[in-house]
Amino acid sequence: MSAAAFTGTSVMDIDAAKVRGAGSNVHFDKVSVAYGAHVVLHPLTLDIAPGEILAMIGPSGSGKTTALRAVAGFVRPVSGRIRIGATDVTDLPPYERGLGMVVQNYALFPHMRVEDNVAFGLRAQGADKALIGERIKDALGTVGMLAYARRYPRELSGGQQQRVAIARALAVRPRVLLLDEPLSALDAQIRRNMVEEIARLHRSLPGLTILYVTHDQTEALTLADKIAIMRDGRVCSHGPTTELYRRPPNRFTAEFLGRANLLPVTVAEAVGSKGFATARHGDALLTGAGRNEKAGDKSLLCIRPQHLSLTADSEHTNRIVGTLREVHWQGELTHLVLDVDGTPVRVSATRLPIALPEPGAKVPLFFAPADTSLLPEDAGV
Amino acid sequence: MLVWSRSGRLVLWLLFALLFGVLFLAPLAVILLSSLADQWNGVLPNGLTTEHYTDVVKGQAWNAVKASLITGFLASALALVSGTWAALSLRLQGHALRRLLGLLFFIPSAVPSVSVGLGLLVAFSHPPLLLNGTVAIVMIAHFVLISAFTFGNVSAGLARLSPDFEQVASSLGARPAYRLWHVTLPLLAPYLVAAFGLSFALSMGELGATVMVYPPGWVTLPVSIFSLTDRGDIFAGAALTMILVVATLALLLGLERITARATGS
Repeated sequence: MSAAAFTGTSVMDIDAAKVRGAGSNVHFDKVSVAYGAHVVLHPLTLDIAPGEILAMIGPSGSGKTTALRAVAGFVRPVSGRIRIGATDVTDLPPYERGLGMVVQNYALFPHMRVEDNVAFGLRAQGADKALIGERIKDALGTVGMLAYARRYPRELSGGQQQRVAIARALAVRPRVLLLDEPLSALDAQIRRNMVEEIARLHRSLPGLTILYVTHDQTEALTLADKIAIMRDGRVCSHGPTTELYRRPPNRFTAEFLGRANLLPVTVAEAVGSKGFATARHGDALLTGAGRNEKAGDKSLLCIRPQHLSLTADSEHTNRIVGTLREVHWQGELTHLVLDVDGTPVRVSATRLPIALPEPGAKVPLFFAPADTSLLPEDAGV
Repeated sequence: MLVWSRSGRLVLWLLFALLFGVLFLAPLAVILLSSLADQWNGVLPNGLTTEHYTDVVKGQAWNAVKASLITGFLASALALVSGTWAALSLRLQGHALRRLLGLLFFIPSAVPSVSVGLGLLVAFSHPPLLLNGTVAIVMIAHFVLISAFTFGNVSAGLARLSPDFEQVASSLGARPAYRLWHVTLPLLAPYLVAAFGLSFALSMGELGATVMVYPPGWVTLPVSIFSLTDRGDIFAGAALTMILVVATLALLLGLERITARATGS
């Protein structure tokens, strides 16, 4: 299939269709990637809606970058199809897919000025000079780098280079923007700022579909509408970001997406009409949000560290008692580590009683049933 | 720093100066003095003169310089194109095939240049490949001997080039030819210039194969120097050697400036 036949790929077509605000969906249909006998991506079926940010997160070797590279066209699936919008792109070369891509080390062309880097995709596609000039201003303006148009990449800081890399990808008005660990090379402070900037950028380009690959859960939680958590070449959970964080479907998700305390419990009373079950942990009878747990089921009760309180109130009706082991003060937050019947439990608090108990003291902890989630105990994935 | 003590460093510097002086500077100094020597009967020349330079420039020197420069330039350019092409193509092959073909490229550099010359002489002595007595066979000899070095240099450059550059270019819509011309080759420029410079220097000094195949009327500088010294005209041979050294150095320095400008260093 030619580039012209690929609707929306050519700069002219994209311009005519006013793509800004009209992104495409991405559909993985049983996409599998293998190198010889080694399967790196097991059949993956996943949808990214138009204008959505999907973050793929997971540890190294989990298959998240492979999935992104399959969309980009740099690895060929051994089975399955990939569609962008209505077009099956599985057999299209990368330059006919109509994408923008930003990588970890920016990959700005060092022999070109910033403006030439941004114009690169448009020139490669044969856009006319007037359009290129307009897009350079637009893209660099969007990322606040217009004043640096005449500089070479080596004259910019890491954060500035990453902004230019984003501008370069946006200048071709891609149907889908692929971000492959784009902030990993930046230091912590700049990374935090850049996450906020990308969030702002997406608010100004609401139609842009983004596939964001990262191993940083904070980036994923801040930016993504939906998250897919990868492990060993498979998606082990996928859903809206807040839902996945509040109600993780399995232990790996609970522990990978934020910090989680997982108390082993035995369900005492099955989930009722309000979605809560009662469960026993030692002598304590606790109430937690469940799915379809039945009495007698072995489960894990997931409680986020910030949802544990040292004081009771009308909401924090669950109570457990632990032995204080360690206290770590980190300025904005104080972390307490307790031992609850052999299970380490972490508490993160912004405000604590002035007189903290000494390590070794018995400390009661309170939490609200709505802030918990029951997980199947045996589900490692 | 490997050696901390001041005296240790001084000893090492002296050792370096001695080795460098004896192995590199002394032969060059002797050639320079010979090229300017009126007569040389003792430790140093009896007197200095530029007569040998005048003689070689009036004789065949200019033709030899021209033959060497043209041979070096064309053979290096050809080796650069083919070496780059081979390196770019082999990059896409499997590891085993890449190693095998890479080794084949290096074979001529492991064979004595006289043998390469002899092989070409035999191979191109019969129709339809009758190149004996032509300039083309000199070019081919130089090309065969230097192409391994261009291939090696460009392959090393490609190995250091992050695949991200080309992949990002592709994702932005650049077709392979556009990507090669606007991204890959500019990023390889320092290696291409270095490969060309090395090939040119090797070609300028090549004697073994050239002396087997050169036709009348295409006598390169090393062949001229060899002829002069073989006839016992040591001082004229030395003058011609200095011309060879200056011509090669001038070109290499020029290439270095181009590289520095291209890379912004």
